[in-house]
Amino acid sequence: MAEYTLKVRRYQPELEDGRADGAYWEEFDVELDPTLSVLDGILQAKNDQDGSIAVRCSCRAAICGSCGVKINGQSTLACKTQLGEAAEEAARIAEADAGATNGHPATHPGTPGGAAEDVARQVSTARPVIVVEPMANMPVIKDLVTDMEATHWEKYRRVSPWLMPTGPEPEREHIVPPESMVDVTQSVACIQCGACVSACLSMEADPDFIGPAALAKAYRFIGDPRDGQQEERLYDLANDPHGIYDCTHCFSCIDACPKGVAPMDQIMRLRRIAGHEHGIEDVNNGHSHEAAFVKIIEKKGTLDESLLLQESFAPGIKGKLMPTKRAIKGLLESIPTAIRGIRTGKMRSLPKLIPGVHHKLPGDSQDRVKEIYARAEESRTELNLYIIGEGGEEEGAPGGEHVPAGAIVPEPDEPKELA
Amino acid sequence: MSPDTNPATPGREAEKAAAAIKVAYWPGCVSRGFTPELHGSMELTAEALGIEMVMLDRASCCGAGVIAEHNQELADSLNARTFALAQQTDLPMMNICSTCQGAQSECQERLDADAGYRDQINGALKPEGLEYVKSKDGWTNKNFLWLLVEDYGLDRLAEQVKRPLSGLRVGPFYGCYVLRPKGRLGYEEHPDRDLYLERVIRTLGGEVVDYDGARRCCGFPVITMNRETSLRQAGTHVADAIDAGADCLVTPCPLCHLNLDMQQPEAAKVVGRDLGLAVLHLPQLVGLALGFDPKQLGMPKHIASTLAVDDRVAALA
Repeated sequence: MAEYTLKVRRYQPELEDGRADGAYWEEFDVELDPTLSVLDGILQAKNDQDGSIAVRCSCRAAICGSCGVKINGQSTLACKTQLGEAAEEAARIAEADAGATNGHPATHPGTPGGAAEDVARQVSTARPVIVVEPMANMPVIKDLVTDMEATHWEKYRRVSPWLMPTGPEPEREHIVPPESMVDVTQSVACIQCGACVSACLSMEADPDFIGPAALAKAYRFIGDPRDGQQEERLYDLANDPHGIYDCTHCFSCIDACPKGVAPMDQIMRLRRIAGHEHGIEDVNNGHSHEAAFVKIIEKKGTLDESLLLQESFAPGIKGKLMPTKRAIKGLLESIPTAIRGIRTGKMRSLPKLIPGVHHKLPGDSQDRVKEIYARAEESRTELNLYIIGEGGEEEGAPGGEHVPAGAIVPEPDEPKELA
Repeated sequence: MSPDTNPATPGREAEKAAAAIKVAYWPGCVSRGFTPELHGSMELTAEALGIEMVMLDRASCCGAGVIAEHNQELADSLNARTFALAQQTDLPMMNICSTCQGAQSECQERLDADAGYRDQINGALKPEGLEYVKSKDGWTNKNFLWLLVEDYGLDRLAEQVKRPLSGLRVGPFYGCYVLRPKGRLGYEEHPDRDLYLERVIRTLGGEVVDYDGARRCCGFPVITMNRETSLRQAGTHVADAIDAGADCLVTPCPLCHLNLDMQQPEAAKVVGRDLGLAVLHLPQLVGLALGFDPKQLGMPKHIASTLAVDDRVAALA
């Protein structure tokens, strides 16, 4: 048994007595085994000290997904975080604020919210204070209970989270080869707890972003061989300005997810399929940006930023395609920035100014890079670490005949050697 | 850890020579493109610190996550080639870009996870006589920030400080790619990598400014796709740092620098308020404490004026 202090963000709408919309911090001391969960701590406080503490929970075993909260700034499940480890983390991150020169409330790794306004005290006391807050990016109903409707469930329904097979109904069940389901198992593991939505830094800036949970769910159906609406679904999600190309690639959802779903990885899969398999040109110029980037590295080895800008917005501007109005707007919007760069000397050289003048890699390196491109573009192997796991190391058979466990090779034949 | 309490002694010189640090240096693309002051200040700072850098001039772009988004095997092959070029020098590799670090760590995780896959990728490197070897003699690829704290050491850094940045209020800005996902960025072995910027700032004599944005996203990856979201992110973090009393931000990521500095005037329009906060590259902040002038460190190239920082530093000298 050990003693812990939980600093809980309270919000009692009925209270609104001048205490900032009824929101305030309250500390509870609990005594429990370090291996018990923060949820156990909250429930002990509720049981012994204040029955009005509101928290949503059910299974206490990271299955139901009810008890999403932020602990020490990190979005997670209260039932899956042990008190001992939460106290250790609280002590560790207190260093960031120790001796900080301002009294500004700080947050820690990755996630929104003001967590540590009296950190100085936290550092000086022997016992670290475990900070528990409601999830972010959604309204709080009471204390740790949030309203997940607008930023989670509505968006979840937005992606049509059910199978839409086409063609004649099979007489009995759909039969699919097991290996074709391998890639969707990770997104199937989602328990809809909302931790990734709470952690999402794109949604923080753009509340309309469809978001990590719903997009991971979209992949669960888009990657399912029984679904017949793959292209339509992808077209829809690519052409929503708040869709797959609105993810800012911050990895917050990956660290927040208690089930290892890695929503951002699923979003990248969606982009890969939309762009490569269906050639979908989206309203955000996401695919043309990606295609331009990939092409520039093949030709130059390192990034030609001016060319990237031009090609992202107006691929083939030199006569092949007519850029869209939106693309021209994008290109024009980048001009003031470029002018400022020229003025300070940031871009005062021809290779930086004129798209395409950028140097290649020295010697025969550029040719080697092109060969690597040719080979990888033909083979396109994807290693699924969720399936093989980090400890999945197995020595391959000499001669390169071994196909990695968990590798998704699109063609039935082995990757071909270069001629 | 204050520089004043660590006077250099003759014995330390010998110690320093014994612990010479030599690295295979991958500057990345942006440090030689739109943020040339980063590569320049890194070269100056490294020399002053006694870090010898062997430039990997044949290496290609890390892909910044974008090539992996297009084709994982392609990104893994290009980075395996960079790792192999570094391993050929028998030196650990150092990068100066959070995004390079994250994109390369992602590829390295896949390369290290499966021997068969590694063989397949190495097949593509064969024509050049290259091979990526998993954990060859404990080979590592570290961002300058990690190398500075873990290999160079903060005590040794403190000894090098010629001009403690007393009174300079610095907001750390990490960049997502050196923070998350923790599983593949070495946090198991080095759990405090998300606290290093604060430690470096304090070692250099500066004051840490605590503000909401330090570990959030700068928004750069969607600047061409969703300008509004992107600039709102950058603008919000800069504004929060200003409100918290920062004189400047410091970042180990040139892509964050592009959004926080180069796009700052545009970000100001989106968040609807004046900004105007200097954003320093990590080697520039170190360089100032080592006694270099802002001009030598390329600070006049920044879009957000660094004059307030220049003045403060000049007053220290």
